[in-house]
Amino acid sequence: MRAAGPAAAPGRAAGETATERLQRLLALVPYVLSRNVAGMAETAAAFGITERELVDDLNLLWCVELRSPDPYCPIDLSYEGGEIVVSEAEAIDRPLRLGVDEACALLIALRMLTELPDVGNGPALRRTIAKLEAAAGAAAGPSAQVAVQVDDLVAQSAATAVADALDRGRRLHISYYVPGRDEATERDVDPMRLLLVEGRSYLEGWCRRADAVRLFRLDRILAIEVLDVPKDVPASAEARDVDSGLFQPSAQDMPVVLELGPAAQWVAEYYPCEQVTELPGGWLRVRLRTPDTRLFRRLALRLGEDGRLVSPADLVGQVHADAAAALANYDTWQE
Amino acid sequence: MSRRKTERLLSLVVCLLSARRYLTATQIRAAVPGYPDSFDAFKRMFERDKEELRELGIPLETGTNSVGDEELGYRISRQAYELPDIRLEPDEAAMLGLAARVWRRAELAGAADGALLKLRAAGADAQDDLSQPRIEPRVQTAEPAFGPLWQAVRDRRPVAFVHRVPGRDTALRRNLEPWGVTYRRGHWYVVGFDTDRQAERVFRLSRIEGTVTFTGPAGSVTVPPGTDVRAAIKDWDHEGTSPRSCLLRVRVGAGHGLRRYADRVTADHHPGWDLVELSYTDTTWSSEHFASFGADVVVLEPSDLRDAVIGRLKGVLA
Repeated sequence: MRAAGPAAAPGRAAGETATERLQRLLALVPYVLSRNVAGMAETAAAFGITERELVDDLNLLWCVELRSPDPYCPIDLSYEGGEIVVSEAEAIDRPLRLGVDEACALLIALRMLTELPDVGNGPALRRTIAKLEAAAGAAAGPSAQVAVQVDDLVAQSAATAVADALDRGRRLHISYYVPGRDEATERDVDPMRLLLVEGRSYLEGWCRRADAVRLFRLDRILAIEVLDVPKDVPASAEARDVDSGLFQPSAQDMPVVLELGPAAQWVAEYYPCEQVTELPGGWLRVRLRTPDTRLFRRLALRLGEDGRLVSPADLVGQVHADAAAALANYDTWQE
Repeated sequence: MSRRKTERLLSLVVCLLSARRYLTATQIRAAVPGYPDSFDAFKRMFERDKEELRELGIPLETGTNSVGDEELGYRISRQAYELPDIRLEPDEAAMLGLAARVWRRAELAGAADGALLKLRAAGADAQDDLSQPRIEPRVQTAEPAFGPLWQAVRDRRPVAFVHRVPGRDTALRRNLEPWGVTYRRGHWYVVGFDTDRQAERVFRLSRIEGTVTFTGPAGSVTVPPGTDVRAAIKDWDHEGTSPRSCLLRVRVGAGHGLRRYADRVTADHHPGWDLVELSYTDTTWSSEHFASFGADVVVLEPSDLRDAVIGRLKGVLA
């Protein structure tokens, strides 16, 4: 379940401790036994090590010797012609049972998956959870004390449509709300993946309006339709690296400086800030970058006296004009 | 050095798993190569080895073969050691692969990978098409408090930590018997019994400052039967609110973020405007939200909400 690294790169065996290696050796023997014969390359890939490291592991296993009452070698194996066969494994023919952290990590994640559309309803998931609970025994206990919640139900119908389009390789038409501009935009999207990151779900796809890969928050999809058109994602479309942060500020993004009163400090938690400075009276000064300053124009209106937009200056002017225009409405309509 | 230690530990595991009876330290020393000659040095090394095996979750048992025996012996029960038989279909193994990826780069990533390795060793073959996964779920544990709080929940230990509420200057030290942790909308929360306040409390992990300390032994926290950590955090979210209705004038072609949650939208007698009826619960939050639409939204009723929005807009100009 781990992608094999390039052959030249060192495997995980580099720099590991004796007990980490022991864990792998104790899994390696039953891994081969349960398959009768295991290929060197696929076994190394499965364990995330290089073939050289695997050979070293196999030699170590083969060399195990017990001296009493009579000396004997409890493990016998061979790896001729790129194929591993274990002919004698004594007592370590089965893997060690799951530890609490191990059992819980998988069970917590599996139960989270049950909340996802499409995957969540599948019988495979229910069967997997039942089998894992049975195999883990008492180690599964604490997993009931941890819950990972998926987006609220608002986005479920959008998620179901995305899953359907992915299944059948269809193009989607969405009406998408852009809060920075308070706009509903219409676009055709060729779906690539459904992402669930930092508690939110996103459609990642090739946006035919932008001619680029875009992320769409499912809870901002106002309407969605699976089109009767096959999807067509250009070969050049690059999926985002989910594990290095979804939103990477780019050098072209505009810098924005805000000062946040005590009641507005959620802003510093919500948006990735480049710099946070503490000010007297419990205020914070934050600097961040954004591709669309309109988002912060609206944010400044929302914050009122709990926050202050400091720069850029033209945005400050716009915010003041917005507030004055809004107040003028209230003067006009004294109902 | 490390290789010799791996060899010794492996031999020790095989030796104790194969033994039908408890083996004394002397018998173990005779059977397992790699221990030093001096008995004292052997004892010290053997103690450390036992500790390390237990940390890996290997059930090392201590006992005697008969009542009269004076010297303690050791063995590993095969039944306690072995993963029970588990046969996974390819689609089930694929689910496990997906589940393990949920933790990638998060606190339990190593544990998830370790579990996967054992399950593959038991024969599970995943059809894990990494090149084109259709769905990628991830959980983050950026909060340093996650690790110790998970351990506290797992081992049922009480904890103490310093917690800061945004908008308040002082951070308070809290004593908590943790019942569980929950991830919701990108944040981790811990729920438990606050022993100072003598009540159930929820804390957001990102607002915990400094280290979390254990204040009692493992097993000393009792989670009340029927505790649902997920529900506890939902209740905390919606504390004491019942929905009210408001009436807004919204410019035609604007306010999409409001219209989608509207109970009713009708054309206004002022051309270019609609009347939008909405339910809301939190006056402060709603006044902020409505103010953010600037001149595209006017709150007509109720008056406290209208005044709150006007106050907020005036605050921008203050």
